[in-house]
Amino acid sequence: MELVVCIKQVPMVSELPWDPATGTLKRELAEGMMNPACRHALEAALQLKARQGGRITAVTMGPPMAEEVLRQALALGADEGLLLSDPAMAGADTFITSRILAKAVKQCRPDFDLILCGCYTSDSETAQVGPQLAEELDLPSAAFVEEIDMKKNRLIVSRFSDGFIETLEMKLPGLVTVSTQCYTPRYFSLAGIEAAFPDGAPIRTVRAGDLGLDPESIGVHASPTRILKVYAAGADKENIVLRGAPKQIVDHLLNRFGDRIGGAMGKDIKKNRN
Amino acid sequence: MNRKNEIWVFGDYRNYFQNRVTLQLIGRAVELAKEIKATVCAVVMGHDLDEWIGEYMAHGARRVYVVEDPSLKEYDAETYAHLTARLAAAHSPEILLVGATSFGREFAPRVAKRLNTGLTADCVGLAINSDGLLVQTAPSFGGNLLADIVTPQQRPQMATVRPGIFKEIPHNYEAKGEVIRIPLPKDIPARRIRLIKSVRQTQKPQKIEDAAIVICSGRGIGTQKKFNSLYELAELTDAEVGATRPLVYAGWADHEDLVGQAGKNIRPKILFSFGVSGAIQHTAAISGAEFIIAVNKNPQAPMMKMADVAICADAGQVCAALIRELKKRIR
Ligand SMILES: Cc1cc2nc3c(=O)[nH]c(=O)nc-3n(C[C@H](O)[C@H](O)[C@H](O)COP(=O)(O)OP(=O)(O)OC[C@H]3O[C@@H](n4cnc5c(N)ncnc54)[C@H](O)[C@@H]3O)c2cc1C
Ligand SMILES: Nc1ncnc2c1ncn2[C@@H]1O[C@H](COP(=O)(O)O)[C@@H](O)[C@H]1O
Repeated sequence: MELVVCIKQVPMVSELPWDPATGTLKRELAEGMMNPACRHALEAALQLKARQGGRITAVTMGPPMAEEVLRQALALGADEGLLLSDPAMAGADTFITSRILAKAVKQCRPDFDLILCGCYTSDSETAQVGPQLAEELDLPSAAFVEEIDMKKNRLIVSRFSDGFIETLEMKLPGLVTVSTQCYTPRYFSLAGIEAAFPDGAPIRTVRAGDLGLDPESIGVHASPTRILKVYAAGADKENIVLRGAPKQIVDHLLNRFGDRIGGAMGKDIKKNRN
Repeated sequence: MNRKNEIWVFGDYRNYFQNRVTLQLIGRAVELAKEIKATVCAVVMGHDLDEWIGEYMAHGARRVYVVEDPSLKEYDAETYAHLTARLAAAHSPEILLVGATSFGREFAPRVAKRLNTGLTADCVGLAINSDGLLVQTAPSFGGNLLADIVTPQQRPQMATVRPGIFKEIPHNYEAKGEVIRIPLPKDIPARRIRLIKSVRQTQKPQKIEDAAIVICSGRGIGTQKKFNSLYELAELTDAEVGATRPLVYAGWADHEDLVGQAGKNIRPKILFSFGVSGAIQHTAAISGAEFIIAVNKNPQAPMMKMADVAICADAGQVCAALIRELKKRIR
């Protein structure tokens, strides 16, 4: 089977440095890691490959340092890496990201059977790139899948969907996005990669021009959406701070907000004399 | 036939009793429509749709586009996207809103792609700005970040919206509206996905999402014993108990009780938060809470910044004091 896994490098959330002045993140200082859901997608691909044989190509679009996640993918068992990196691609929204990924897959792996994406990324959290990539490549897709199997030349997947457990049969080529509930990712040792690829990691860097993409048609200017502003949720909320002995705090709380709390419960909370 | 200035809401009716998002979106669309002088329309496809058509009108839709055919009985993202994109291309709505259900989140990206337009995922806020554009507020990662996003040029402006954010308008079965039935086009592509089996997931009623009071606990509660005492507080206040991921991992709480990106979304009138740091994966799911009372030893914790009342104290002690006081005071 010819498998393609789309992997994104995202900032490590627990390590995010905050700017205390603005209450926002200093994104550029954050360390990168493989998006958690993409690790599950890769694991699903590795298990498919183990059963069906074939080849895994890991694709990422991002800055040069995103090569790291491709090296991790190789260390885990992917066969090749494709790094789509070009300043012109910076700031792409999902509409454009899926256009670039589609172009790359068409050009570099036109004979693919299945594309696997993570269900969503931990930074932008849109869950849109997978379905939009399927649309670009005119593929059937199934999002948030939990189990993947092959029967003859059809893919059988199951997933939770709005209160139902669905089992679906899909013609290939196709695309799935893999949930984070199953396919627990295996651990990797980066040391393994040197031994596995003595001539250096098989990673190819591809630029916009190599894909025949006009810089005007990609990146932030081509994206249909615009970000007006990014801000910390509730950062400028005016709040009341209570300190002291627990009994005092609770008295204060109930005297002042007892009506509100009682209202939500549909019961009456008495006020104290103080 | 080219009607401008319509706000469309996609009619997602599957799993109806748990999923009110279509009605919530119609409710919000009615408010937005006043600002841009638009008509609120629902778009619904499937089989045997009369019940939903009536429901959407009763909750505020003034026009309902209907594509009805036995072959559309099963939800299929590709087929539905094909039909919706065609309808939208023919009628040019200004805005198209879709509930961020499992289905909606696969369907809407395909529609947006076909229509060459932008899409904002899983919004927690929608408003019209001074340019008449739809400002779509979406949570993004990392410490309580929200992004305001617009689609300046392309139409429709599209968003998927998280269930539970907006309120539905109480039904009015006297309400009148127009039903526009569109025949199934002859040339819809054959389905490439076959549904083999669909089983209703058995689950306990999703109470925490609907609870007026939620008591949510994080690692800062300290011990399992103290965590369990929150159930006593919950009983006193008719509340539901939720937990952050570390507590679920520790086995103190069920996965069902997980509040956050990987778990449940809540919108209580009052949220008590005990010993929760306020990581984005958690807070993204509580943005609908009306009033937050947070207890944390650390006044700088992001959860405390989000709170209306930030109590700087030991979580277990405050819980115990609350239980004692409420027992005395509740009538
Ligand atoms: C992909 C992904 C998905 C995730 N999904 C979720 C999700 O759905 N839900 C979720 O909750 N998490 C989720 N997480 C984890 C999330 O990032 C945080 O790690 C988690 O929410 C932290 O839980 P916490 O606040 O209980 O613990 P901590 O971050 O350890 O915070 C404990 C807090 O308690 C305070 N404290 C300590 N002692 C006391 C005391 N005696 N009295 C009062 N306060 C005290 C501390 O000051 C601190 O603020 C996810 C993570 C990832 C990467
Ligand atoms: N820049 C990227 N490079 C490679 N794959 C991506 C990229 N962005 C998104 N994806 C894929 O799309 C999935 C969903 O991403 P998102 O729509 O951003 O939530 C990810 O898990 C990846 O599989």
